[in-house]
Amino acid sequence: MSRLLEVEALEVSFGAASAVRGASLALDRGETLCLVGESGCGKSVTALAVMGLLARNASRGAARLSFDGQDLRGLDERGMSRLRGNRMAMIFQEPMTSLNPAYTVGSQMAEVMLRHRGGTRAAAMARAEDLLGRVRITSPAMRLGQYPHQLSGGLRQRVMIAMALMCDPELLIADEPTTALDVTVQAQILRLLLDLQKDLGLAMLLITHDLGVVARVAHRVAVMYAGEVVETAAAADLFARPTHPYTRGLLACVPVPGKVARGAALGSIAGVVPRLGPGFSGCGFRDRCGEATAACGGTIARASAGEGHDYLCRLPPGWRAGAGAAP
Amino acid sequence: MSAAPIIDVRGVRRSFRVRQGLFAAPRHVAAIDGVSFSVGAGEVLGIVGESGCGKSTLARVILGLLPPSAGEVLVDGQRVADMDRRARARLIQPVFQDPFSSLNPRRRVRDVVSMPLDAQGDVPAAEARRRVDEMLARVGLDPSMGERYPAELSGGQRQRVAIARALVLRPRIVVCDEPTSALDVSVQAQILNLLAELRDALGLTYLFISHNLAVVEHVATEVAVMYLGRIVERRETSALFGAPAHPYTKALLASVLTPEPGLGIPDTGLGDAMPDPSNVPPGCSFHPRCPVATARCRVDIPATARVAGGQSDCHLL
Repeated sequence: MSRLLEVEALEVSFGAASAVRGASLALDRGETLCLVGESGCGKSVTALAVMGLLARNASRGAARLSFDGQDLRGLDERGMSRLRGNRMAMIFQEPMTSLNPAYTVGSQMAEVMLRHRGGTRAAAMARAEDLLGRVRITSPAMRLGQYPHQLSGGLRQRVMIAMALMCDPELLIADEPTTALDVTVQAQILRLLLDLQKDLGLAMLLITHDLGVVARVAHRVAVMYAGEVVETAAAADLFARPTHPYTRGLLACVPVPGKVARGAALGSIAGVVPRLGPGFSGCGFRDRCGEATAACGGTIARASAGEGHDYLCRLPPGWRAGAGAAP
Repeated sequence: MSAAPIIDVRGVRRSFRVRQGLFAAPRHVAAIDGVSFSVGAGEVLGIVGESGCGKSTLARVILGLLPPSAGEVLVDGQRVADMDRRARARLIQPVFQDPFSSLNPRRRVRDVVSMPLDAQGDVPAAEARRRVDEMLARVGLDPSMGERYPAELSGGQRQRVAIARALVLRPRIVVCDEPTSALDVSVQAQILNLLAELRDALGLTYLFISHNLAVVEHVATEVAVMYLGRIVERRETSALFGAPAHPYTKALLASVLTPEPGLGIPDTGLGDAMPDPSNVPPGCSFHPRCPVATARCRVDIPATARVAGGQSDCHLL
C-alpha cells in the first residue's frame, strides 16, 4: 500500500474559534480511515479542509497537506477544482440537499464527467447508467431521467455514490453517509461502499459518530475531540484497548445488546464539548475527565500504546480508573 | 402485564388523503391499519420500524393530536377522543425528537416549562413557579437555566427542558418519539439514564419510539415491531431480542451494527425493494422483501400467532 493522503498539524479557525487544532492523519490506498467524534469536534471541518471547501471566513494552515505527493497548500482554486470530483470525491449526509432538484439524475452525473474528462454527452450518460447499475439501482436507464425528489433516501444516497465514482476517484470522503437512513438501508449502503472499495482500490475517509459503523468498516480509526486527534489506532486495537479517557468514555456510552445489562445505567461523559479559542493550552478534555489533575493544564505529549496506536494523554497505556491521581 | 392496562389501543386505523398529481383523484393511504395493543402501568413499550411504517402517526393518535379514522384509544380507562384537552394533558405528554424545533426560541426556559401549567388555567403563579423550579432540578438543570433562552443551551440541555415540560403536570404516560436521535452518543446516554431515573421515581409509563434497536433493547420492557402500518411482532424485550420470530424482526436485528470489530457488515437479505405505504402488497405486506416467503404469503393475510413472550403475524410460525 502506498500513502495517498497526508495531513500534518492541520489548523482551521473561524475568527476567534479554533475548529481544528493540530490534527494529523494519513491514509493509504485501499484503506478505510474512520474519523469519529461528537458534533463540533472538527471532523467535518477536517474533511472540508482537505477538499479545499472551507467557507471564506475560515483560515487554514498545516505543516503538510499532500495528496498523492502533490502539495495542496499552495494549490489555487483552479488546481483544486481539477482534483475535486475527479481524483478525490465527497459524499454528504443528506443526499437531498446535495443533489440539484432541478436537474435529472443523468444530467447531474454526466456533468461531472464532461467537466473533468470531456468526451460526448452520450458517453457520459452511458457511464452514468453503468455506475447506477453498479450501485445496484434497478432499471438504471429509467432512473437517469428521474429527478431527485422521485427517489427514496436510500436510492438518493446510491446516486450520490455513483456520481462520486464517475471519474474513478482515488480518494472518497464520506461525511456521515448513512446517518439519515434506516438501519436496514444503512447496512446495504455500507456493504456497497465496502464492495466498491475492494473492487476499485479506493481510499476512504469515513466520517461518522456511530461507533457501530466504525467497528464494522474501519481499518484504522482516528478519534477527534475539540479539534484534536486524541487517539489513533487500528480498529481492532482501538476497541480492544481504548486508551484515551475520552475514547473509553465514548465506548461506555453505547448500549451493546447482550453486554450492557438492561436497565443498568449507561456510562456517560458529564458536561459538553468546550469551544476553544486560539492560545488554549493543555488537554482539551480535562474539564470533563475523571482523571484530570493540575498537570493536564500543561503541554501533553503524544504517547504510544503499541504499534500504530498513539494517544494524546499523560496517563500510561493500560491505566485504570482512579489511578490517574498519581503523578 | 399485571393490572388493568393504562394504554389500550383497539383496532386503530388512520388514513390520509393524498393527491399525486394536480388532476388525479385523491386516494386514501393508511399510515396505520388495524393496530391493537395495550400497555400496563409502569411498562416501557418500545416501538420500532423503518421510516414510514407509521410509528409517529401512532404516537400522535395516542396523544390525541390526530383523531383515528377507525377504532379507539383508551388512556387510563377513558376514550382519548372524549377527553377534554386539559384533562388529557394531565395524563399524557409528549417528548419529541428535535429539541431545536420543539422549544419556542422566543420564550425563556422557565416559561417553556411553565406553559402546560399556565394552560391549565387554575394553577396559582407562585405554585407554578415552585413546580417549575422543582422540575428543572429533577431533570438536572440549574435553576438559573430558567432565565435563559433555548438558543443558549446545548442539545442535551434542551432535551432536558423538553422532558421537564412534559413532566411538570405530573402525567402518568410519556410518549417519547425518537427522544435521543438528534443527540450525540455521550448526551444520548445521559438522557436515557435520566428517563430511566424519572420512570422509577415518578412511576411513569413510556411509549418509546425509536429506530435505534440497541437503545430500545436497553430501555424497553416490551417491544412492538411495525411494518407498513401494522404491528408484526410484539413481545417481551428479552424474548424478542433473544429469539425474534418474524422474518422482518430478524432482518432488523441483523442490521444493527454493534461496536464489535471484525464482524463486517451483515447481509439483511431484504433486497432493494422499499415498502410504499400508498401501494401495500396483497397477502402479507412484507412478502416482497421476505427471504422466506411462500406462495401462500402472496395471497393470505397472516393471522396472529402466539409465540414465547408475546405474539407475531407470520404464516411460518
